[in-house]
Formats: sequence, C-alpha cells, structure tokens
Amino acid sequence: MVLADTPHAAEDGAEAVKIEYEPLQPVVSLDTALVENAPTVHEGTANNVLLDVVGPEDPEFEEVFEQAPVVVGATFDSGRQSAAPMEMRACLAEWDAREDTLVLHTSTQVPYVVRTAVSDVLGIPQQRLRVIAPDVGGGFGQKCVVGREEVLVPIAAQRTGRPVKWAEDRQENLTAAFHGREQRYEARAAFDEEGRILALKADVLCDVGAYSCYPFTCGVEPLMAATEMPGPYRLPRYWYRTRAVTTNKAPMAPYRGVSRPQFTFVMERLMQKAAKRVGIDAVEIRRRNLISAEEFPYESQTGVVYDPGSYLESLEKCAEVMDARGWERAREDAHREGRLIGLGFCSFAERTGYGTRAFALRKMAVTPGGDNARLRMDPSGHVTVSVGTCGHGQGHQTTLAQIAADELGISPDHITVRQGDTESTPYGWGTFASRSAVIGGGATKKAAALLAERVKEVASHMLEAAPGDLSIADGKVFVNGSPDRFVTVAKAARAVHVEPHLLPEGEFGTLDANAGFDPPGTFSNATHGAVVEIDPETGAVRIDRYVVVEDCGVVINPMIVDGQVRGGVAQGIASALYEQLVYDDEGQPVTSTLIDYSIPTTMEIPPVEIFLETPCEFSETGAKGMGEGGTIGAPGAIANAVADALSHLGIEVDRLPITPDRLWAAIKESRAHGGVRS
Amino acid sequence: MKDTHTIEITVNGRVHEIEVESRRTLADVLRHDLAYTGTHLGCEHGICGACTVMLDGLPARSCLLFGVQADGCEVETVEGLESDGQLNPLQEAFSAHHGLQCGFCTPGFLMLATAFLREVSNPTDEEIREAMSSNLCRCTGYQGIIDAVRAAAGRNGAAAVEEMAAPEGSRSGVGSVSPLRDAGGHGQ
Repeated sequence: MVLADTPHAAEDGAEAVKIEYEPLQPVVSLDTALVENAPTVHEGTANNVLLDVVGPEDPEFEEVFEQAPVVVGATFDSGRQSAAPMEMRACLAEWDAREDTLVLHTSTQVPYVVRTAVSDVLGIPQQRLRVIAPDVGGGFGQKCVVGREEVLVPIAAQRTGRPVKWAEDRQENLTAAFHGREQRYEARAAFDEEGRILALKADVLCDVGAYSCYPFTCGVEPLMAATEMPGPYRLPRYWYRTRAVTTNKAPMAPYRGVSRPQFTFVMERLMQKAAKRVGIDAVEIRRRNLISAEEFPYESQTGVVYDPGSYLESLEKCAEVMDARGWERAREDAHREGRLIGLGFCSFAERTGYGTRAFALRKMAVTPGGDNARLRMDPSGHVTVSVGTCGHGQGHQTTLAQIAADELGISPDHITVRQGDTESTPYGWGTFASRSAVIGGGATKKAAALLAERVKEVASHMLEAAPGDLSIADGKVFVNGSPDRFVTVAKAARAVHVEPHLLPEGEFGTLDANAGFDPPGTFSNATHGAVVEIDPETGAVRIDRYVVVEDCGVVINPMIVDGQVRGGVAQGIASALYEQLVYDDEGQPVTSTLIDYSIPTTMEIPPVEIFLETPCEFSETGAKGMGEGGTIGAPGAIANAVADALSHLGIEVDRLPITPDRLWAAIKESRAHGGVRS
Repeated sequence: MKDTHTIEITVNGRVHEIEVESRRTLADVLRHDLAYTGTHLGCEHGICGACTVMLDGLPARSCLLFGVQADGCEVETVEGLESDGQLNPLQEAFSAHHGLQCGFCTPGFLMLATAFLREVSNPTDEEIREAMSSNLCRCTGYQGIIDAVRAAAGRNGAAAVEEMAAPEGSRSGVGSVSPLRDAGGHGQ
C-alpha cells in the first residue's frame, strides 16, 4: 500500500515499487481448474473445488429418465460480468483522536457489516468505529460485501493518524473488484408426452475466482443455484450437484439476481427445447408446468415454500400482450422475406425479503437476517425514520416515508428518512437481496403503528376519549364518528415535549418507537416476453419489443417499481447480449476499460412495457421484493427469442452472452449445410 | 520538479485564476482545485460521460481534457443549472420522470441534454436516444432519462430553451459544429 499527498504521487510511488514475481501456471477457467493434476490456486484444495454439495439420492431417478418419452438437455454457459456501478468503490478513514473513534466513510450497501469486519480485524470495539455510507452511486451487489480496501484504509489511518482516502478507477474496478455470473450447467430434464416435467438433473459449476467474499462466501452463487433452480414449476423429482471452483481471477460476490439470471435462462431454454420436441408452443408448455393458484403454499423439492403468486396469470397476460397466438404465422411470413424474427418467453419466481431462517441454511459464519426501524416524532409533529437498510438509488427515502405516513396519518413531506450511518441508525443488515421494501418497510410499518398508538394515547387525554375510539388522518387525531372532535398531531407532539403539564403525570418524555422484522421470505413472480430480429449478415440482435408482467404484491410506489424493473431489464439484456469479462490464457484480464467491457446505451436498451399485483401474506406491507427480477428474466426471454428466430436453422442458443460473431458463424454454418428453408 | 501553469478559467460565470500541474485533468481541476464536485468521474477514459461539462458552449468530457486546455475558456458545470436553489426545467423533468436512481451519472446526462436541447429544440424520440447514447447509466434502463428530455423539450417552445440558454458569450465560435458530434456517441 502506497500513501501520498495526492493520487498522482501515490501512483508514481506505486510505479517505483519493483516486485519480482516467479510466474506459476495460472488457473483461468473451469476447464483448466477441474482437469486432473491441475495446478491448485490454494494448497490443500482438491481440483480447486472449494464447495461441493450434492442433493439427496433418489434410487428411481435414472429410471424416470430412461422411461421418459422426452428428455432434453445441454451444456449451458454464462459469461463473467461486473456489476459495474457508475460510481466505483471508494472510502475515506479518519481517526478522531478527541473522540477516540475511527470514522470510515465508504461507498457500501452494508455499513454495519463493514463495521463488524473492520472492528474484528483492527481489534477495536464496534462503538469506537463509525461507518458512514453517504449517497452511494449504485451497487447491485458489488458493494454488499466488504472489500480488502475497506479494511486497509482504516489501518493506514490508524497508523498515520491522518485521514486516508482511496478511490478506485474503472480499470481497477473491472479487473480487481468483485465479479459474478461465470457459470456452467450440465442440465437434463425429462418430460411426459404432454410436456409435463417429470425430473430435472443439474450439475452446476461456478467460477468463484481466487478468494471467498465476506460475509456471503464463495457459496452464494452455487447454493442459490441448487436451491432455487426449479423456479416456478411443479417439479416432482430433482437431483443436483453444485460446486464453487476457484481460479486466479477476481473474486465472485453477489451480483443482482445471484445465479437466478443463469438458472432461469437454463430452465427456460429446457422448456423451449421440450416444447419443440412435444410439439406444443412456448406458452402451452409453461401453462402445463407452472404452479397454479390452488397449489399454494407449494413446497419445492429443496424444501423452499412458495407463498401465493400469479404464475399462470402473468404468463397468460404476457402471451396476450405479445399476441403469441398469431406469432407462428408472423414468423413464417418474415422468414419468406429473408428476415429472422423470434419471440421468447421467460417465467420465473424470485425469492425476496428473506430473513434469518433462510440465510441460516447456508451455514455462513455471519448470518444476515431481519432489520430494524426507529421512529422519533419531534415537538412539531414531524417524524424521523431511521433504518438499518441502506438504499443507494432505489428511492428508499420516498418509499419508507410513504409507509410511515400511511400508518401515522401525516404527510410524507413531514417525514425524514435516515440511513447509512452506524451512529444514527438502528442495527441492520443494509440493502441487498431485494429485502429493503419487505424487511425495512415491514419494520418501519410496525414501528409507525406503535408510534401512532403513542400519539393516540397522548391525544386521548387532550380529547378526553379512550385511545381505542381515536383515529389519525390528515395530520389530526379525531374521535371516531365525530371528526370535529380532534387535536392535530403537531399539537399532541408539542404537548408531550414542551407542555407536559397539560398531560397526566408520566406522559412527559419522547415520542419514540422501535420495531424489528425478520420474515421467512416471499416470492414475487413475472413473465417476460421479447421480440427480436437478427441481422443474418452480421449476427447482431435487435430487440424490437420487450414486455414485463410483474407481480410484486402491493405496489407502494409504481414509479419506483417501474424504474427498478427497467433498470433490471437493462442489466439482464447486458448479460444476454453484450457484457463479458475476458481473461487470456495467461490469466491477463483483457477487458479493462468500458470500451472492451461494453455496457449497453440508449441505443441497445428498448422501451420496456410493464404491466403490474396478489397480496402477500408473509409481508407486513403486502409488498414483495422486486429489485432483481428485471435482471433475472431478460437472459432467458432473449435467448428463447433468438432461438425461436433460428429454430428452422437448427441453431441452439445455450451460451451467454449471445454475441454477433457466434451467431453469424452459426448461421453461416447452418446455411452451408442447407439449413435455410426460404 | 514542478511543471505548473497559471490559468484563468470561468466556471458558471465566475472567474478563477489558479496554478495547475500540466498533467492535471480539467475534471480534477474542477473537482479538487475549485470544489465543483458535481462533475463526476465514472471511467476517466472518455466512455461513460459522467464528467460531461460544457466548454465554450460545447459538451466535452472533462476527464479527457487537461486543465491547461481550458485556459481562457468558459466552463459550465451542473452547479450552474439551478438558480437561487430552484431546479431548472430540465432538472425538474429528470425528477418528475424518474430520470435518475443513484444519481451518479445525472450531472453528465444533464449537461449532455442541455447541449442537445440548445441545438435541437423539438427532437424526435429517435434523436433523443441517439444523443443520449453518448453517456452511460447503470440504474434506470434509460427510459426515465429519455422521458425527461422529451418532457423538457416539450415545454420547449421558446420559454424553456431560453431558460436553459447558454450564458452570454459562451457560444462564440460554435459556428456550425454540432456539439453532439464532439460528445462522442458510442452506440453498439
């Protein structure tokens, strides 16, 4: 670590450091890692496998496959990606000698997690460490883990007694920050003659890079993949093996969707392959396999319980909007004109807002769980909501203020939301895994309800009525049935703080309420539909239409929900068509700028049509999480659309990203073999 | 062995005379020497456009310019858009149409859109998409940004354009050069 007065001087200093390396043979891919007698990244690991979990044996499993009339399967690959938030990682630590406290400002999604990690390493009590997450410029998972720099910078500040700042540049972000998504699935599925799935077999490999991330570990991708791969389908038999494979690459951390964009892509491709074999369309095969309304709560083969959702309804709505019935003909007409157009669907269920019980199954050293909210009403009747969640662009100040305002009967304009500072917020896990609206929102609603009861108690003395006979709305506490008998919330708040003589003894004090919430989790669901056209001369894919039918329960703020869907779809399209981190055979990362790592622009991301609702019984607010869904659905929808456009050429689309060069080569080869019908 | 130059640079109408190292980028001069921290850096190699400012009326990547190149120039940054604490119509439109989530790319998009709307007062959606493809946003999926630019243009007529007009004198020498050509679109 080089410290200097300016970044330029530090870079000059780093350049002056001469390090001699003895090159070892690098391990740069799943193939080279798993081959027999491969060099090992870490001593003592057999075949570079850090985690290897196999599902329970089923003696009849192979027999089901042998006797099934339809079996489909393939090897599916997905590219390595960076979440690439527009603001890269950065932190600043300063030792406050007067307070004997270390203050760490860091661009994080999880301030309390950072505090625990830094405190453990530095050996200072957590109360002597204040972690502040200011406005954070995007995270998408890359900032829900603790980076080595967030530990080193405080050490430097402690040793020098001076403030120390570190800010990553884009090259460092792409090559040395956390990655994700590089996975391979050997997947096979057995179906009956009517296209009903009988069994699924999946062997999952995740390239987790060189080190395990804190706190989620290198198990986060492989375990998510194995547990939730069955998705929204009624699956009678399931066998899996899932492995975390270490390589000499930057470490993997959760990235928006965590394995779900990949296994959903695999499941949806399997569905489409099976539909083709059975001779039914893409909508019909899903109709026959999706969990239906009367089956909820449905327990999957891996013991996950699905709360009610609208799996079939979202499919039917999406099919109707996309005019799927007339599609066959539209595609044939286009083929006759020499155009390649395709329609693809992707149905999925997304577990969100899960607390301690769900995380405990992963057996991590640190188990994330519930979250807390603290509400305080000031003497003017305005409220500060402090939460342990830590939004970084998701509009939590708006959404949480709305939830508190509804419960307290005051205007959202009179509510301030505080987050991202261990000094001023209750303990909490921060923002990741589509948890904040459900868990942070639930805790806020519970605390707001308690605070509303306190306000009614105070008002009951002023109105000489029983608290149970009072309601709050429009900033007033009034007697039920007599709206003219009221005191304003502001007046009640003022009385508690500065006019306690108006109240009975013992009512002096503050208007505070705290609540925690730790739910089991709830599944939102969606069907995505995409229409694409492929340029046969270049292999480029253009998205002509993109439709999302999303059910995330009660929608608290439609504009924010739409924004999350759209942003998510954009990142899913990036996975499907554009982004991939590439290493050469020597382990050199060759995608170290945004020229090489191509984040899509306005020209690649089409308008997204969104149709949004089943109330959720596990959630306080009725809302289900939905921060990741857009990203989950897009790769499957687009891959199926591309495959549909090319089905007459016998081309399968089982590898992400779907790049023009690969498609062009496949089209060329198919035509060379006379695969063209028109 | 310091290699420094004294430059005069006008930012949002205010004149600054400062001494800068030759290797210091305009973005660093703005952020670190002059404390205009609204200009953000998302890549420092000219792709993301978060650092877009206006240099003599034309949009430019401040990460690809040295501070010394701005000697004698008028620079407009995002801080210059509001007046007396009031957002301008384009900023209002970004807020109303959810044109930002984390907000990191927003200063660059605001400056790019300002330049675009000065040149094209009544753009089609296609023109908006093409112009906005110069910059990257990771949160919004772009729809909110496009809606905001369209809404700001719609309010256009003369009034809104006037409100967003360049300060006196800063368009000298623009001639027929399209500012957007300089913004470096990179649609794929």
